[in-house]
Amino acid sequence: MDKYIEMIRIRFLMMLAYRTNYYTGILIYSINIGAYYFLWSAIYSDKPSIQGMSIEQMTTYVAVSWMARAFYFNNIDREIAMEIKEGKVAVELIRPYSYLGMKTMQGLGEGIFRLLFLSLPGMIIVIFLFPLHFSTNVSTWIYFALSITLSFIINSELNLLAGVVTFFTLNNEGLLRAKRFIIDLFSGLILPISFYPAWAQEVMKYFPFQGISYIPSMIVTESFQGQAVIDGLLFQLVWSVMLLIPIRLLWRAAKKQLVIQGG
Amino acid sequence: MFYVSVFFQYMAQYIKTKLQYRTDLIVEFVSDLMFQAVNLIFILVVFGHTQLLHGWTRDEILFIYGFFLVPYAVFGAFFNIWDFNERYIVRGEMDRVLTRPVHSLFQIILERMELESLLGGVTGIIIMIYASARLHLVFHWYDVLVFIVFVLGGALVYAGVFISLATISFWSDARSSIMPMMYNISNYGRYPIDIYNRFIRYILTWILPFAFVGVYPSAYFLGKTEWYGYAFLTPVMGLIFFIIAVFLWNAGVKRYRGAGN
Repeated sequence: MDKYIEMIRIRFLMMLAYRTNYYTGILIYSINIGAYYFLWSAIYSDKPSIQGMSIEQMTTYVAVSWMARAFYFNNIDREIAMEIKEGKVAVELIRPYSYLGMKTMQGLGEGIFRLLFLSLPGMIIVIFLFPLHFSTNVSTWIYFALSITLSFIINSELNLLAGVVTFFTLNNEGLLRAKRFIIDLFSGLILPISFYPAWAQEVMKYFPFQGISYIPSMIVTESFQGQAVIDGLLFQLVWSVMLLIPIRLLWRAAKKQLVIQGG
Repeated sequence: MFYVSVFFQYMAQYIKTKLQYRTDLIVEFVSDLMFQAVNLIFILVVFGHTQLLHGWTRDEILFIYGFFLVPYAVFGAFFNIWDFNERYIVRGEMDRVLTRPVHSLFQIILERMELESLLGGVTGIIIMIYASARLHLVFHWYDVLVFIVFVLGGALVYAGVFISLATISFWSDARSSIMPMMYNISNYGRYPIDIYNRFIRYILTWILPFAFVGVYPSAYFLGKTEWYGYAFLTPVMGLIFFIIAVFLWNAGVKRYRGAGN
């Protein structure tokens, strides 16, 4: 366990060395939030609510979604693909730790860094710029913390899956881009799932994507109440456990058929 | 004339290398299409809940988005200058470029050409045809010329802004993330300018004139007479910003000292 915590720490310190890169990150996220804020204001214009969400809830939803993204987002899929391409994975595999576990921990180190140096200061700036509304209910925040942890787990598991596929295809740029597209669209980052037509919502129930962004953002804006919060968290929990199965299976098969290119 | 023949020779080479890796090419096509689909789906879903966006209908917004894709595709095909700092300054590649008897900016544009981006323009035109059919827009023969001029104007606005940013590398060699920031700002130009507040409207018109890539020129085709003045400024703004960029570039090249060995 110690070595995994050490890995989180090292990655965190590594990011800290390049922290100036993240000041512009705050600006970029604020610019994106601004774009959607104006769009949604125009969409709402005189409507008090759409799909049960008021304009304040929607603005807060957009802001939280982007800032949460800084936490759960990582590039471990690309890192794995890169290490396979360069043959570095051979060295990684003989080291006394679980390769995938280590990748996840590196992702977590990055996530914690961005949470502290991008999301939190970013949130403070955004609160001054746009009319956001946050709940003062402690339980909402506890549920949100739980939910966002599960977001990280689900997103990382999907990244691991996409990364491990590289063991079989060697070059899977296409798959990585497709994954990014699907997550942008169906995680709820740019549009709450409840805005999609009913048939699309029905289909999305069978995929883990809304566990990444939609559920935590709905919880923190209190658009989910009572049972819906519990259902949302259960949905995330079930998927974060279920996704372990394909990862295990693929990983076992991948190790058998690993080809080191150069290295 | 010499420049034209250089252009076609680079293009021929480019097509040869691309056809070597056909699967990569298809992957790029498909992922470009997906990128365009995200915004399209956003517009379609949103208009499931509202009829008007600040007085603009769904089909008008689609038309603006379709138009935006065309100059953006031209820009993406010829002005891949976002990694200029890493690629040319840090690695010292600029030295090689400067020893050749063709203008340095022209060479870099040719070397970094990505013609497959033009496919996005085709998607854009399809979206525009769909939207204008639903809006019953009437076009005249000269509208084709206006369209070409506006597309070039929009692409030059983009090119001007991004080349100007790239020239910063001549003065300071620190890595900066201004480029990705600018890409995000440029997204504001895809939607009607009147949904933003005064301050942002001013910036998008005169400082970082991304509104001239999407909404202003589209207003002409949509017959929104109140925006005609801005629409016809599109080629002018494009030229002004591009000339400023070339001027900055030439000044920068004079200062260039070389970082490689």
